[in-house]
Amino acid sequence: MAEQAPLAVFAGSPLLYILIPLLPFLGFLINGLLNRRLSGTVAGLIGSATVLGSFLISLTLFLRFLGNPVPYTVHLFEWINVGSLRIPFSYQIDQLSLIMLLLVTGVGFLIHVYSIGYMHHDANVGKFFSFLNLFVFSMLVLVLGSNYVILFIGWEGVGLCSYLLIGFWNKNHNYNNAAKKAFIINRIGDLGFLLGIFLIYFTFDTVQYGEVFQKASQLQVGAGVVTAITLLLFVGAMGKSAQLPLYTWLPDAMAGPTPVSALIHAATMVTAGIYMVLRSNVLYTLAPDTLNVVAWIGALTALFAATIGLAQNDIKKVLAYSTVSQLGYMFLALGVMGYSSSLFHVLTHAFFKALMFLGAGSVIHAMSNEQDIRRMGGLRKALPITFLTFLIGCIAISGIPPFSGFFSKDEILAHAYEHNKVLWGIGLLTAFLTAFYMFRLLFLTFFGEFRGTEEQKHHLHESPASMTLPLIILAVLAAIGGFMNAPLVLGRGYLADFLAPLFTYSRQINPEAFGGEIDHATEYMLIGLSVAAGVLGIVLAYVLYVAKRTRPVEEEAQRGAFEKLVYHKYYVDELYDALFVKPSMFLSRTLHDFVEKRVVDGAVTGVGRGVMGSSQLLRNLQTGKVETYLLLMVLGIVVVLALNFIRL
Amino acid sequence: MLTALLLIWPVAAALLLHFVRGSAARALAFGASLVELALAVYMSVVFVPSAQPQFELNLPWLASAGINFHIGVDGLSLLLVLLTTFLVPLILLASFRHDYENPSAFYALVLFMQTGLLGVFVALDAFVFYFFWEVALIPIYFLAGVWGGERRVQVTLKFFIYTVVGSLFMLAGFVYLYYMTGANGAARSSDLEAFYNLRLSAADQAWVFWLVFAAFAVKMPIFPLHTWQPDTYTEAPTPATMLLSGIMLKMGIYGTMRWVLPVVPLGVSQWGWLVMILSVIGIIYGALIAIRQRDMKRLIAFSSLSHVGLMAAGVFSLTAVGLQGTTIQMLAHGVNVVGMFFIADIIQRRTGTRMIPELGGLTRSTPLLSVSFLVILLGTVALPLTNGFVGEFLLLMGVYQYNAWLGAVAGLTIIFGAVYLLRMFQRVMLGPDSSFSDVIKDLTASELAVLIPIIVLVFWIGLFPGTFLHLSEPAVNKLLVLINR
Repeated sequence: MAEQAPLAVFAGSPLLYILIPLLPFLGFLINGLLNRRLSGTVAGLIGSATVLGSFLISLTLFLRFLGNPVPYTVHLFEWINVGSLRIPFSYQIDQLSLIMLLLVTGVGFLIHVYSIGYMHHDANVGKFFSFLNLFVFSMLVLVLGSNYVILFIGWEGVGLCSYLLIGFWNKNHNYNNAAKKAFIINRIGDLGFLLGIFLIYFTFDTVQYGEVFQKASQLQVGAGVVTAITLLLFVGAMGKSAQLPLYTWLPDAMAGPTPVSALIHAATMVTAGIYMVLRSNVLYTLAPDTLNVVAWIGALTALFAATIGLAQNDIKKVLAYSTVSQLGYMFLALGVMGYSSSLFHVLTHAFFKALMFLGAGSVIHAMSNEQDIRRMGGLRKALPITFLTFLIGCIAISGIPPFSGFFSKDEILAHAYEHNKVLWGIGLLTAFLTAFYMFRLLFLTFFGEFRGTEEQKHHLHESPASMTLPLIILAVLAAIGGFMNAPLVLGRGYLADFLAPLFTYSRQINPEAFGGEIDHATEYMLIGLSVAAGVLGIVLAYVLYVAKRTRPVEEEAQRGAFEKLVYHKYYVDELYDALFVKPSMFLSRTLHDFVEKRVVDGAVTGVGRGVMGSSQLLRNLQTGKVETYLLLMVLGIVVVLALNFIRL
Repeated sequence: MLTALLLIWPVAAALLLHFVRGSAARALAFGASLVELALAVYMSVVFVPSAQPQFELNLPWLASAGINFHIGVDGLSLLLVLLTTFLVPLILLASFRHDYENPSAFYALVLFMQTGLLGVFVALDAFVFYFFWEVALIPIYFLAGVWGGERRVQVTLKFFIYTVVGSLFMLAGFVYLYYMTGANGAARSSDLEAFYNLRLSAADQAWVFWLVFAAFAVKMPIFPLHTWQPDTYTEAPTPATMLLSGIMLKMGIYGTMRWVLPVVPLGVSQWGWLVMILSVIGIIYGALIAIRQRDMKRLIAFSSLSHVGLMAAGVFSLTAVGLQGTTIQMLAHGVNVVGMFFIADIIQRRTGTRMIPELGGLTRSTPLLSVSFLVILLGTVALPLTNGFVGEFLLLMGVYQYNAWLGAVAGLTIIFGAVYLLRMFQRVMLGPDSSFSDVIKDLTASELAVLIPIIVLVFWIGLFPGTFLHLSEPAVNKLLVLINR
C-alpha cells in the first residue's frame, strides 16, 4: 500500500486564513449587537461585505494554490489536549477545501445581496443578517478544519444556524416546530458522527485527517473497523444531507425565509454530508460494503423524493423534494466512486438550485407571500427576468445540454452504469421524473392564466435589482458552469484534473473499483438516453399542463391510491410520529408518574418509614425538630472521634 | 496559609453579618465573596501545575491519634475552589432582587456554606473531609427549610434523611479505613496519603467501596437515590438551589475521585460496572422525564440528573479522557445550571409563574434575556465551542472507551437534551404573543452582571478548555496511576 506523506505546515502569518471565517463572524457580532439600531439596508450591506471579503481572500488563496498545488495545514491554536488525544484548531488547505470555500462564499455572497431586497420589509433585518453571517462562519469552519472534530464544530454550528433561521419568524408554532424538528433529527445523525469520531480516534490514535488517512492506507480493503467507521460517519451525513430515512426535516425547513432555503437548504449546508464523505474518501474506498449502502441509499432517496415532488403544490416544497432527490444523486455518485462527479454535481446543483429558490422567492415576493402554485399562473409577463432565469434553472436540472446539470448528471449516470445497471436505471428514471415535475412547476407558475386574487394581480411586479442581479449571475453559472468539467468527447475535465490528487490514495488502494474509461460509443449512448429522459419529461409536462391545461386538484378532492400516497408523502411523518415521538412522550409521562413517584420514591419512602417507626430518635424528626437531630448528629461525631481517641 | 485564609474568610464575614441589618447585609456578603474570589484567583496564578498538593497546612488536631488538620490544593481541588468562589458572588448577586426575611442570617448561612464546600475540596485528611462535608450540609438544610416554598419542611426532611444516612455510611467507612492504617503495627492515620497506601484485600475493598460511595452517590445523585433531588431543587429558594446544583453535587463527584477511586481501586474494579450502568440509566431516565415537565425548575432538575449521570459515568470509565471530561464538565455544569436556574427565576419574577404551558411569546420585548437564555441553553445541549461540548465530548469518549455500546446509549443524551431544552425554550420564549409579551421587561443591569460572567465562561471554557484542563492534568494522571497500580 502506498503511504501518504504528511502535509506541510504553513509557516507564514495565519492572518489571512483567520480572516476567512472571522469576517462573517464580525458581521454576526455587529449586526447582532446593533440589531435594531441599524437600518435594514446597512445591516444587509455589512452582512454582504463581510462575505465578499471572505470570497476575495478565498479567491486569492485559490489562485495562489493553482500556481503551487501542494496541500498544507495552517495551525491556529491548541484546542483540546488530554493524554494522547490532541485536537488542534487548524485548517487544511487543499483542492477540496478551496473549492468549497469558493462555493460557500461566492454563492453565499449572492444570496446575501439578494436578501437585502427580499427582507427589506422585515422588522428584524439585523437579526436575519447576523444569523446568516453566523451560518457562513460555521460553514467555513466546517470546510476549513483539518480534523474531524473541527468538522464537527462547523457541522453542529450550521445546524444551530439552520434552527435559528428556519424559526426566524418565531411567532408561528409550525415554523418553530419545523426548526426544532430539523435540529433534533440532525442530532440523531450527529450521534452517529460522534461515535464515528470516537472509533476513528481509538483506531488510529488521532483525529487529524492527514494522519488518519496515512494510517488507514496501511489497512486491507474491507477491514471491519473501517466499515464501521464509515457507516457511522454516513449516519451523520444522512441527517445533514437529508437522506432516507432522516430526510423529513428538510421539506419542513422551508418554513424559513426563502434566501435561507437557497443558501442553507439547497446550496451549501445540505452538501456537508457529501463533503464529509469526499474528505474521507480513503476510508470509504477501503469499505466497499459501505459504498454499496451509500449508493443504494442515494439512489433510493433520489427516486423516492422525486415521486413526492410530482404531486406537491407548494412552490418551495417541490424545490425541497427536488433538493433531497438531487442530494441522492450525489450520494449515488459517491457510492459508485464517482468522487469528483459528486463534487461537480454539488457545484452545478448549487448554481441551479440556489437560482430556482431565489426565483421562487421572487415569485413569492411578487405574489404577496402566496406559495401555492394552484393560485399562480401566467407570471412570465409580469416577471420576465425571474421567468427566464427560472427557465434556465429548470433546463439545467433536467439535464439538457449544454446546461450545467447535463454534464454533472451525465457523469454520475455513466459511473453508475459501469458499476451497477440497476442503480443506473433508477438514476435514469429519476432524471425523467425530475424533468417532469420541474417543468410542471414552471408551467403552472409562469404559463396559462393567472389564478390568484385580483389584489395579488394588481400587486404583481418584477423584483428590484438587488434580487434580479443575483438571479442573472446564477443563471449564467447554471447555464455554462458545466464546462468546467465537460466529458472528454465534448471538452476537457478541468475540475476532475484539479481534484485528482485528492483521490490518489483511493485509486492506489482499490484501482479496479475506480473503473476505467468508457468507450465512446457507450458514452454517446448514455448521453442520448439521459437527454431523451429529460426531454420526455419536459414534453409530458408540456402536454399535460400547457396543451391540456390540467390543473392540480384542490386539497379535499378525491385522489387515486398512488396519487394519494405520494401527495401525503408516503405518510412517513405520521409513521415516525407513531413509532418514535408518541412512545417517547408516553415513556416520559409513565416514567415520571409511575416509575419515579410510585416505584423509586415509594421504595425509598417505605424504607424511611420502616426505620422511623422503630426509632424514638427518628420519631422526633417527624415532629419537625430538625435542630434536635442536628445536635444529636454532631454529638455522635464527637462521640465517635472521642472513642477513637480513648482506645488509643 | 492561603488555603486556611480561604476557609476562614467567609466564616469571619458571616460572623460580621450578625451586626449588620437589612440591605447592608447582602452588600457585605457580596463584597466578602468578591474578596474570596480574588484570593482564589491569586492562588491559581501562583499555583504550579503538578500532582503535588500546594499551599499545604498540616496542624495537629488529634495528633496522637494521627488525625491532623491537613489541607492543601492540587489542580483538581483548585478548579473546584475556583468554581465555588466564582459562583458564590453570582449567586449572591442573583438574590439581590429578592427580599428574604432576616437577610443577615440568610447571607451568613450562604457564607458558612462556602467555607464548608471549600473545606471539602481542600481536605487532605479523612476526618477533616468529613467535618467539612457536614459543615456544608447544615446551612443548606436551613436555607431550604426556612426560606423555601410551601412544601419546604417535608421536602427538606427527605433531603436531610437521605444525606445524613449517606454520610453515616461514609463515616463508618472512614473509621474502618482509619483502623486499618494501624493494622501492621504502624501508627494510625486518617491522612489521604495513608489511605492511598492501605492496599486492603479485594473483599474488604468491595464493601468499603459501598460504604464510602453511598454518601457520594446520594449527593450527586446516582439513580435510583435521586428522589430527594427534584423536590428539593424545586422547593428550595433559588440561591439554595443554585448552591445545591452548581457546587454541592460536585462534592459527590469530587469525593468519588479523591476518596473512592484511589483508596479502594479493587472495590471499584469489582463494582464500577454497576455504578456505570446506573449512571447511564440516570442519563436517559432524567432526560426522558425532563421532556414533559411543566415546571421550569423541575425540568432543569431532571436535566441536571441526566448530566450528573454522564459525569459519574465518566468517573467510573477510569480513563484519562473520562476523568478530565468530568473535571471540565463539573465547571461547565456548575456555570450552566446556575445560569439556567437564574433564567427561570427571572422569568418567574417577571410573570409570576414558571409553569411552561402558561408562558410563551416572551422573546419580542426581551432580546437580552432571549440571547442569554439561548447561550446558556446551547452550553447545556453541548453545542461545539461552548463549555458543555468539551465536557460531553470527553465524557462520551471515556464511556465509549469503557464500552462502545454503553457509549452509544449514553450518547442519546445529545438527542434528548436537545428535545427537552428546545421544547422549553420554544414554549417559554417563542410562539404567538401572550399576555406577557408587551409588559415583560428585559434584563436589568444587576441581572446582566450575573449573566455576562456566565456567558463569558460558556465560551471561554468552550474555546480554551486548555486553561483549565492543563491545571488538573497532573492531578488526574496521579489518580490514574493510583487506580492502576
